[in-house]
Amino acid sequence: MRNEALRLERVRKSFGKNEVLKGIDLGLAEHEVVCLIGASGSGKSTLLRCVNLLEPIDEGTIVLLGEEITAQGVKVNEVRRRIGIVFQSYNLFPHMSVLRNVTLAPRRVLGLSREVAEAEATALLGRFGLAERRDEYPDRLSGGQQQRVAIVRALAMRPELMLLDEVTSALDPELVAEVLNVIRELAEGGMTMLIATHEMSFARDIASRVCFLDAGRILEQGPPGEIFSDPKEPRTQQFLERIIEAGRL
Amino acid sequence: MSVGADPGRGSRILGDLRGSGQGSVWIALASTVVFAAIVVAVVVTSPGWPAVKRAFFNREIFVDSFPEIARAFLLNIRIFLIAEAVILVFALLIAVLRGLPGPIFFPIRALAVIYTDLFRGIPTILVIYILGFGAPALQLSWLERFTPLFWGIVSLVLVYSAYVAEVYRAGIDSVHQSQEAAARSLGLSRPQTLRFVIIPQAVRRVIPPLLNDFIGLQKDTALVALIGPIEAFRQSQIDVAATFNYTPYLCTALLFVLLTIPMARLTDWLIARDRRRQLAGAA
Repeated sequence: MRNEALRLERVRKSFGKNEVLKGIDLGLAEHEVVCLIGASGSGKSTLLRCVNLLEPIDEGTIVLLGEEITAQGVKVNEVRRRIGIVFQSYNLFPHMSVLRNVTLAPRRVLGLSREVAEAEATALLGRFGLAERRDEYPDRLSGGQQQRVAIVRALAMRPELMLLDEVTSALDPELVAEVLNVIRELAEGGMTMLIATHEMSFARDIASRVCFLDAGRILEQGPPGEIFSDPKEPRTQQFLERIIEAGRL
Repeated sequence: MSVGADPGRGSRILGDLRGSGQGSVWIALASTVVFAAIVVAVVVTSPGWPAVKRAFFNREIFVDSFPEIARAFLLNIRIFLIAEAVILVFALLIAVLRGLPGPIFFPIRALAVIYTDLFRGIPTILVIYILGFGAPALQLSWLERFTPLFWGIVSLVLVYSAYVAEVYRAGIDSVHQSQEAAARSLGLSRPQTLRFVIIPQAVRRVIPPLLNDFIGLQKDTALVALIGPIEAFRQSQIDVAATFNYTPYLCTALLFVLLTIPMARLTDWLIARDRRRQLAGAA
């Protein structure tokens, strides 16, 4: 039995009167890759933001590698440095070069020296084909390159868990593959990942488990082969039919 | 506001001058000459012109008083250089304090709001009087070593920091929340996020309006004269009293304009550069 990397129990979250997460139970084993699918507004992004403590939850518990991170008195900055998150809109720091984007947190949070941080960043950038972009500013890069830098920036903190929030949704179609390939490489390297995505064929390809979110609940989950070819719930069937109609599966 | 405060129009005029060849240059030149001629003609033919000319445009008195006023003007420059340096730091502190989150910091936020409301509301001249005459009147021994010049600078710092703090705050608010989310998600603390991510972006964005406030500050250094220090305006008053002629005032005005014009052009240039960058970013 592999160790549990992440467990959510009865997690609830409301924005005002609008309840976005209505009791989420979800577990991730170490090295597991779980994809969250579902329509926009089903709660995928909120779920990821809650795991990273960017949004405080109203009820329930979240446990990261055996430690409850939603308990009172937990140091949020300590938790966040162990969890990497990549956003749909990249969110690179526009006033810093690629290298400084990647080295900022390792230097200021992990306390690495400039030399060590830069050497590690350069190696990571090289691994993902970004070595030549080291000294460029984000606005000089393509969307795909920016998103890959954002992934490298998160990886530079040596996270134990990666959260990916629709990381290809803002990209031109021809740039999607280069980003997905990076994620695939991470999965092969054993990174534990929780991925919200609209790329169904990618999810089918990479996920060990797929969770279908609908109106703040996990309606159905299982191995991708099962969910995509033989969904049990009518809502899942409807959703997948619409995806197939749109030619995305 | 000067024409230069409208970057769109300003740059378009310059753009035409450069871009559309010789023809438009001559048209612009001719219309400027005609316009200037009309203005000069109206002034020079007015019934009071000979008297005004004697009182304000006396070459001899100008030449005589200029060196002295220019020397006094160095004090204005010193006042605003010191004030600007302090304002840059103090106003940023106020803006950051005003943005502190949570109920615990309510008193500090309230204090920052009261401060900006108060010092944007009171006329600068009153602040200078109140501090310049009021503070020494307290007869506290540790206050006695401070000169009127010191109180003048303090007054300018207090008044202009209130404006500049608001400029900073607008800049901080303009940095998108996703930047804060990105920084916090990497484990940076809130102060670190402000220092490395939010404030550097905010300051870059507010440099033009900030310089605009500083142009105002440079002029207001003349108000410090009211509590004693002999800067350019006070010196010209002395010269006027000695000569019964207003030319020294003109001399002082000229010095102030010479000082603010480079600042105004720098501001325009920065605004135009930001516009170009935004256009390039959108493309």
